[in-house]
Amino acid sequence: MSRSRKLLILGGTALAVLGMLYGLYYAVFVEHQTLDRMGGSLASAFANAAERRGDDSQLALNAYRKTKYDYVRQVDLHSHWIGLALLLIVLGVVFDEVAFAERARFAIALAMLAGSIVFPLGVILQTVQLAPLGSVFAIAGSALVIAALGATAVGFVREGAT
Amino acid sequence: MAITTIPAGAATTFTAMGARRLLLFGGIALIAAGMLFGDIFAVFVLHQNGGQTGQALLAAARAVAAQNPSAVNIAFACLSNLLEDRGTKVDAHVHMIDAGYLALLLALMQPYVALSAPSKTRLAKLFLTGGLLLPVGIFLIHYVGLAYTPLPVIGWASVLADSAGALLIVVLLIEGWGFWNYLRGRRAGPVEPELPKDRTWERRTLLSGGTVLILMGFGFGAFYAGANLYEHESREIVILKDLLDQPAGAGGLTDSVNAYGRLQAEKAVHIAAHSHIIEFGLLAILLSFVQPYVFLTERWKRIWVKMFLAGSVILPVFVLLELKLGLLAGGIADVGGLMVLVALVGMLVGVVRHTGCLDAEARSAP
Repeated sequence: MSRSRKLLILGGTALAVLGMLYGLYYAVFVEHQTLDRMGGSLASAFANAAERRGDDSQLALNAYRKTKYDYVRQVDLHSHWIGLALLLIVLGVVFDEVAFAERARFAIALAMLAGSIVFPLGVILQTVQLAPLGSVFAIAGSALVIAALGATAVGFVREGAT
Repeated sequence: MAITTIPAGAATTFTAMGARRLLLFGGIALIAAGMLFGDIFAVFVLHQNGGQTGQALLAAARAVAAQNPSAVNIAFACLSNLLEDRGTKVDAHVHMIDAGYLALLLALMQPYVALSAPSKTRLAKLFLTGGLLLPVGIFLIHYVGLAYTPLPVIGWASVLADSAGALLIVVLLIEGWGFWNYLRGRRAGPVEPELPKDRTWERRTLLSGGTVLILMGFGFGAFYAGANLYEHESREIVILKDLLDQPAGAGGLTDSVNAYGRLQAEKAVHIAAHSHIIEFGLLAILLSFVQPYVFLTERWKRIWVKMFLAGSVILPVFVLLELKLGLLAGGIADVGGLMVLVALVGMLVGVVRHTGCLDAEARSAP
């Protein structure tokens, strides 16, 4: 088995397990509490507004915004890690059909794996007071994945697959 | 009608009740069931649920205007119930399909897993059990609720879903360990040979078509994240603030609730288009590997491939167009989903014919 295939399959499997472990941890210890908090703060915002307590209503609405902002990104981390892991493994099975030299294939595989780790990591960093760094990671990671996938598509189309 | 011959080498990679056959059948069945569930959900639940959610939000906003906190709480209890109903059904749909993808992947990976054949078969059965129980557990969360549970927020259906998820993780870890052993040169008895090499039209079309679909999905996702995600998040807060600031008797409540509904619809169709096109691309690549096992005429194999790819484009494109064309586009999107489903079942029938042929040959062999 070529180095590029090993990298994609092993990296993808590790990423899938990581994504699932995160999902399991999140579902058991965080999600229900987060959903309760999210629903609760929105309901409080409305209830406070009904009692004409404008400041409390605004505070509750801010809490809702913050909780939902985090929730969306936490779920995104789980789904994107697993989704990208699946893609890495699938491409690993067929990567020898990408018609480039093994060295180029390894570079593409490395870029795809690095992007698949960094992109969702950037998304989650946006929830822990590291929003600018998180955005840089997310943009760089997704650009890496897209570029690597584009190169893979070109490799599939080219003649002379090894 | 002439039937395509079974490719040389395919029989040895596909033993009766072996891990690969179980995972292949189970994977396609899980994906088909997940898609059917998704189609039923889209037609009979999604839009109705959205309408009821809007009504509940309007009731909450009216209660605010009428300075009635207890009515707010009642409206939010209803809202929470509706959102849980919708969320668990979406999750059941997604997790069943993803478990099917993983099953197909494991089927492909079997030659590279250095475990004994009985162990592989047991793992395949455990994986399919977990893959079925996980979405069933998620689906039941809304209906079982917190009945008879000693925990404050986690019900028995959640326990079932989480346990099934843990089972999937354990199986994947063991498969990963087997793969690690394979890479280190260890073998556990005779292993299944690699998939037969195949450069047919169906294989190449699914492979390149799938990669293009994934690229389109990634490009669209990046565009959505850059252009819409933050705008949607801030617009939601602006609309909610408008709702909270309405004086009693104000006529703008309905407009604000409608704006909120439109925003939720915008978010939903963008995310659905992004995720569906990528998932179909991934599935196309996976199905390209399965083609040697589809025992149908070349003509029918091509029909299913074309139908699959056409449905894979129609569904996400028309989901996106729902914002402009309304229910007409929704209906066309549902037809696209149905095309994918029919093509998948068509390929599954081909695999069933293939196994029947192999088993008959094995029985008649001296």
